[in-house]
Amino acid sequence: MTRQVAAREETAAGIRRPAWPALWLAAVVLAALFLVALAVGKYAVAPHDIARVILARLTGTESGLSATVETAIWNVRLPRVLAGLLIGAALSAAGAVYQGLFRNPLVSPDILGVSAGASLGAVVGIFLSLPVLAIQGLSFLGGLGAVALVYSIGLAVRGRDPTLVLVLAGVAIGALLGSCISLLKVLADPYNQLPAITFWLLGSLASVTQGDLVSILPAMVLGLLPMVLLRWRMNLMSLDDEEARALGVETGRYRWIFIAAATLLTASAVSISGVVGWIGLLVPHIARMLVGPDFSRLLPASLMLGAGYLIGVDTLARSIAEIEVPLGILTAAIGAPFFLYILITARRGWQ
Amino acid sequence: MHRRNLLIILSAMVAWLFAGFAVAGPRTIVDDAGRKVELPETVNRVMAAGPPASILLYALAPEKMVGWVREPSAEEKAFIAPAWRDLPAHGRLTGKGNTANLEAVLAMKPDIILDVGTVDATYASLADRVQQQTGIPYVLIDGRFARTAESLRKAGDIIGAQEQAEKLAAYAGQAVSRLEAVIEKVPADQRPRVYYGRGPEGLETGLAGSINMEILAAAGAKNVAEAAGSGGLANVSLEQVLSWNPDVILTLDPRFQKSVLEDPLWSGIAAVRDKRVYRAPTLPFGWFDSPPGVNRVVGLAWLASVLYPQVSTIDLRSEVRDFYKLFYHVDLSGEQLDALLADAAPK
Repeated sequence: MTRQVAAREETAAGIRRPAWPALWLAAVVLAALFLVALAVGKYAVAPHDIARVILARLTGTESGLSATVETAIWNVRLPRVLAGLLIGAALSAAGAVYQGLFRNPLVSPDILGVSAGASLGAVVGIFLSLPVLAIQGLSFLGGLGAVALVYSIGLAVRGRDPTLVLVLAGVAIGALLGSCISLLKVLADPYNQLPAITFWLLGSLASVTQGDLVSILPAMVLGLLPMVLLRWRMNLMSLDDEEARALGVETGRYRWIFIAAATLLTASAVSISGVVGWIGLLVPHIARMLVGPDFSRLLPASLMLGAGYLIGVDTLARSIAEIEVPLGILTAAIGAPFFLYILITARRGWQ
Repeated sequence: MHRRNLLIILSAMVAWLFAGFAVAGPRTIVDDAGRKVELPETVNRVMAAGPPASILLYALAPEKMVGWVREPSAEEKAFIAPAWRDLPAHGRLTGKGNTANLEAVLAMKPDIILDVGTVDATYASLADRVQQQTGIPYVLIDGRFARTAESLRKAGDIIGAQEQAEKLAAYAGQAVSRLEAVIEKVPADQRPRVYYGRGPEGLETGLAGSINMEILAAAGAKNVAEAAGSGGLANVSLEQVLSWNPDVILTLDPRFQKSVLEDPLWSGIAAVRDKRVYRAPTLPFGWFDSPPGVNRVVGLAWLASVLYPQVSTIDLRSEVRDFYKLFYHVDLSGEQLDALLADAAPK
């Protein structure tokens, strides 16, 4: 492990210079994807009319276009693209944090049970026929609750490798929550609730509204803030506790902060989109290959690549078929082969 | 004679008055979830949010459909009138993750969205969301079987198809009373105990209170699976079915229907011994459930003939013909009727 960290720091130093062009490239690609996503849709609107609608709304003037065009762009397409941006960025940033904390490239934001908890919360809400806002609230609380449970188990079990205990507790709690979800699926009404549950578990941005975006924004900011402020500390988190202590850093406290921040991001994202897999696992890898493991560059790279990836995948989800394709299907169907491809071709990135 | 003429004139005037109100401008209605919805002056294009709404809309006013929730299969299309069987599919709008694309919904320019089914807080708030986001009025109609006639009339009033709605509602009401006349002849303790087996192995069934079993209760029969508790669909074990020993087995699945008669494990069950295993026809829409919509009305006559064969005086073939003409706008050929009833009726 020590050698690995040393090697990683070496690479970090080695690619310090080419990292910034990569970041700029990611920013340009993200901006381009954003514009393409805004221009593509089932309701055909000319690009200059799209710009007119958005400008008119932002400046509070009349666009002179029909109300349906305004609705299609302002109420349906723009919230959806923005949701893709926010959720993709959040899941990737959380993934980068988790992978660093657990010193393991196989870790995704789900490792501590946040997705399982959020799913159970939403499934309970759907099962009890609650209003949508309550379903989203329960999902958010479920995600936080699951991680809190896992973390308190980690605190209770002392004297062993704390990260290993956390991961194992996360796996166990995730399995337990999964069984509760399966039970509710069996009991749910097959015509109304079961399709809603299935779709929720596959993730979708199909019905995101402006209200949804506003409701998760505070939690997103609150989660991202510590990551940005403590980005230098994050690099130390991939050291062993003893090594870090030798450097005079108490990793335990920071680990708590980073887990809370990453969980907040994931839970708020998942509460409006459902479970969107693979992004948190895949994107941090690509980001690390582009800019190296230094968190102060890995974070912006993950944010931008994740946002771009989800915007792109969601544009496909809403345009390749007559009906919507659930996001979870596409992120895995595109992500997994790509993951294998970089696994095979870029051997150096893993050392 | 004179008095009847007067009545006709009077009712025509009343109808004219109501029609006058209907086109007088935007009107506000209260849907079955208690939501106040403002409707446009005339409703010419209607989008169904889910399968039950789709069937109700097709039965009431096929010319107002913007499309199907999912594309009907080739077998289903044979039982749907040619003018509407090839309408585009737009996906499902019910539920948190729609399969319908909202922009595609807008592009189809529906005047209203019609949803038939469960009316609860989740669906009311989903309807509000879609309505707020798209600006298209979204109406929720209660889809319980006991309210079929009311739902038809209400939907007919909303989309401006009162005349057809009245015809369908009257038919549904008569279908219920015809069945009740049959049930009355059978004392409660002699009515058959029924097991409804879904899935390829027939071990998925509807528990007490399940929406899938509504029509069985309307037919006065006892659902043996009520012993397993209440809820929706559930899997049960063969041991449970053996202990319930149902008199009649109903199913949707042809594989199960075929295998159950030959399977030694099932051979001790009364229904299998007496060869009373019937498959509910599913074309173009299910007779028993799948989906739970107005399509179930035809199932009443079918249940009368499979559950009470000794006393039923209902002519199943002509009932089915009438229903398909009235609700699905098709004239069934003799062959189509034979195909529908092949595994469904006592031989």
